[in-house]
Amino acid sequence: MCQSYTAADYKNGQSVRWCPGCGDHAILNTLHKAMATLGVAPHRTAVISGIGCSSRLPYYMNTYGFHTIHGRAAAIATGFKIANPEMTVWQISGDGDGLAIGGNHFIHAVRRNIDINILLFNNKIYGLTKGQYSPTSPRGFVSKSSPYGTVEDPFIPAELAFGARGNFFGRSIDVELATSQEVLVAAARHKGTSVVEILQNCVIFNNGIHSEITDRANRAERTIHLRHGEKMLFGANNERGLVQDGFLLKAVTIGEDGYTMDDVLVHDAHTPSNFLHQQLAMMDGRELPLAIGVIRDVDAPTYTDTLEEQIAHVRSHKGHASLRDMILAGSTWEVK
Amino acid sequence: MSEKHLVKTLDKVVVRFSGDSGDGMQLAGNIFTNVSAALGCRVSTFPDYPAEIRAPQGSLSGVSGFQVCVGRDVHTPGDECDVLVAMNPAALKQNIRFLRRGGTVIVDIDSFREADLRKALFATDDAFAELGIDSNCVLQVPVTQMTRDALADTGLDNKSVLKCRNIFALGLVCWLFDRPLDEAIAHLGSKFARKPAIFEANRRVLQAGFDYGHNVHASVSTYRIESESTRPGVYTDINGNTATAWGLIMASEKSGLPLFLGSYPITPATDILHELAKRKDLGVKAVQMEDEIAGVCSAIGAAFAGNLAVTSTSGPGLALKSEGIGLAVMAELPLVVIDVQRGGPSTGLPTKTEQTDLMQALYGRNGESPLVVLAASTPTDCFDMAFEACRLAVEHMTPVILLTDAFIGNGASAWRVPEPDEYPAIRAPRVPDALRESGTWQPFCRDEATLARYWAVPGTEGLAHRIGGLEKDYNSGAISTDAANHEKMVETRREKIARVAADIPPLEVMCDTEADTLLVGWGGTCGHLHSAADELCAAGQPTAFAHFRYINPLPANTAEVLRRYKRVVVAELNSGMMADWLQCHFPDVDIRRINKVQGQPFLVGELVERMTAIAREA
Repeated sequence: MCQSYTAADYKNGQSVRWCPGCGDHAILNTLHKAMATLGVAPHRTAVISGIGCSSRLPYYMNTYGFHTIHGRAAAIATGFKIANPEMTVWQISGDGDGLAIGGNHFIHAVRRNIDINILLFNNKIYGLTKGQYSPTSPRGFVSKSSPYGTVEDPFIPAELAFGARGNFFGRSIDVELATSQEVLVAAARHKGTSVVEILQNCVIFNNGIHSEITDRANRAERTIHLRHGEKMLFGANNERGLVQDGFLLKAVTIGEDGYTMDDVLVHDAHTPSNFLHQQLAMMDGRELPLAIGVIRDVDAPTYTDTLEEQIAHVRSHKGHASLRDMILAGSTWEVK
Repeated sequence: MSEKHLVKTLDKVVVRFSGDSGDGMQLAGNIFTNVSAALGCRVSTFPDYPAEIRAPQGSLSGVSGFQVCVGRDVHTPGDECDVLVAMNPAALKQNIRFLRRGGTVIVDIDSFREADLRKALFATDDAFAELGIDSNCVLQVPVTQMTRDALADTGLDNKSVLKCRNIFALGLVCWLFDRPLDEAIAHLGSKFARKPAIFEANRRVLQAGFDYGHNVHASVSTYRIESESTRPGVYTDINGNTATAWGLIMASEKSGLPLFLGSYPITPATDILHELAKRKDLGVKAVQMEDEIAGVCSAIGAAFAGNLAVTSTSGPGLALKSEGIGLAVMAELPLVVIDVQRGGPSTGLPTKTEQTDLMQALYGRNGESPLVVLAASTPTDCFDMAFEACRLAVEHMTPVILLTDAFIGNGASAWRVPEPDEYPAIRAPRVPDALRESGTWQPFCRDEATLARYWAVPGTEGLAHRIGGLEKDYNSGAISTDAANHEKMVETRREKIARVAADIPPLEVMCDTEADTLLVGWGGTCGHLHSAADELCAAGQPTAFAHFRYINPLPANTAEVLRRYKRVVVAELNSGMMADWLQCHFPDVDIRRINKVQGQPFLVGELVERMTAIAREA
């Protein structure tokens, strides 16, 4: 059976309630398109979210959907996937939902390598509660709950995902539609937990938080689109590249300071070591360009597959047909 | 249920210490005896020495034992022991025949290395399997290592250190049976009066053994709750937690739904997780999650996905799960929550029993969030009530909280293995074909009789839908903040639970049903209350007895039963939660209370005494 689907098949009739100009609209549309590219039937797809602006997304899908409670989407998606491994599962979280109240579930889902796709909409602010700083807001960030600036350092989602031994990390920007679609498709095709960070703009409470990097004028210089097997090039005319500098990375202009195209690194998303992946993911658009695209995509045993294999193995060696058979195989006596 | 259960408790506990003849088992046994005697117990002992003074170490012929029976009405050292302490494999092999069914074995696992096993003529590396001992009944304690660690800075030589192992075991046994250490220390003091360094070492090790028991929440049940019924059939020994796990499996078989457990370890509920983790041989998925919240949330995910979903915990864990359970109420998903109650509040008394989570189960969520609350009455009833919890959850599309407790969870009983057709099929309310074909199905379409919404399982074509924790429209299931609709939904969820009353058995009255006084209980106190009612009747004080296993909703005939009696005495291991629950439903009933909140079960004697006092004041 090879039915094909269009983006419209994943959309439902609900009117979308996000603010005009919110980055979520673009992400929703790209998700519909990515799902059509993947071709998994809507009824074989589940979208599970927590609480927050982004977490309303399941209501706009024509798939199975569950809008749950704050922070717990990863745990609920974990149970869902283990219980019904045939389903393709997407988890939608924001930076507050996924990394503050849900931080524990996030790292453990990644560590277990549950085969789900976690979309982390990062706008570095709490939108639904009207503008408090989030765990990804930069130090000194002024918000309603930090009127004098925060006195704490933020999480960098990639660093957290790697710390939890993640095997798939991709990143995109809400306005980079093609990149988002490419990363979402790769995330779904990856077996295991895929973490996709999407830099998303909240027009109301944190407008322009990513604009230093994402504005059209800057984007070519301040971002680099990584593709497996391709040279790490960026700039308006791909005139710049990343080279190795000791244990670190360095941005150079090809043809200057003695650097040639041969010096430019080739991206290997599939290498098991996450050393270089982490360095790439930590680039922040200042000294080094912010990386978008699939940064890490490494095969590893998934919880769900291993569990099914273990059950099959146990059952084939000492399985019982029923509870009664299992009990009768143990120590019993008879009363007549 | 009408069959009578006897709690066999209190009278006596038999402990057998065994080890190499050089291990000092006689000393440990003697001190335990003296400590118990000092607490007012009657004691009877039976030292069991080997013929050789010093047979080869670790050999079968060198095993020395000391059996002591302590309790109220003790005339013999007991035929079988409740707890067997075995310091090495030879001791285990020689003494296992003295252990009663379901008794507890404590071993020094440091002395179960390959060489030790060979000396005791074991053929395999698994001494427990070879002797047919259920590993659930074995406390594997690193006695040697912990004794060494406790004495690391004393400068004592290795031989003297090893001689203290017996006292570590004694400390652990003192923990298990609530024996304060002062008396034992006094005995060690007189024994080692001339050797202050040895006395100090033994004192330390005694404390270390006691603390170890405390730290690992070690517990043994000194109770058996036996049915008097001797229906023919195949029997096995079972404790309440295993019975709970098996009841869930039975429900999975009878519903055709795969069983999913999301859980997090917590005393005294962890054995349910252990048992279900073993049951991969029956296809069970038992997942140890990262915390209690993830335990319930993974179960909610599994319920949405179409499994029979369960989470198991104890009081503090239930508190953490509250928000998740509220989501299951709102999303109207079947979810079974098992709370093996322990002493509270907060961390409280983790290994002790109480009935203090009743109000938490009934009310412990934000908003109006009614659900079904059940309570198991005996270890074997845990099987039936776990099955019932699943049946009601699935057929009525609601979360169900099943309350058991440390007493019946750890308590053991003989149990007749049910015949294959003894339990009914459980039927999930699937979306009716007519609704589906007409295209009028919505996620919150309900069965008219039960008000259960139909369960559309993800993966089914044509039934894709979205649910969540937001209030939804009664008809379409879409998000709604409409005022009148919200009230209608609150009322619908309440009425759905109320209608469960039509699907549960009536409250039964036992003992002298014609009496003026009705003794009422719920949950794990059944055995004690029933025995007390019998004693009262036998002593010429007519007493009727009714025991609740269904608490929300109450059985349909509850009002009629309670109003038949001049006075109703509610006895429970809390400050009056069930009495309050009944009084708020039936303000006209004269409800008296017997309460105990000591982390201990009732004693039949104290119940009789307090019932007599209430009869006098009436």
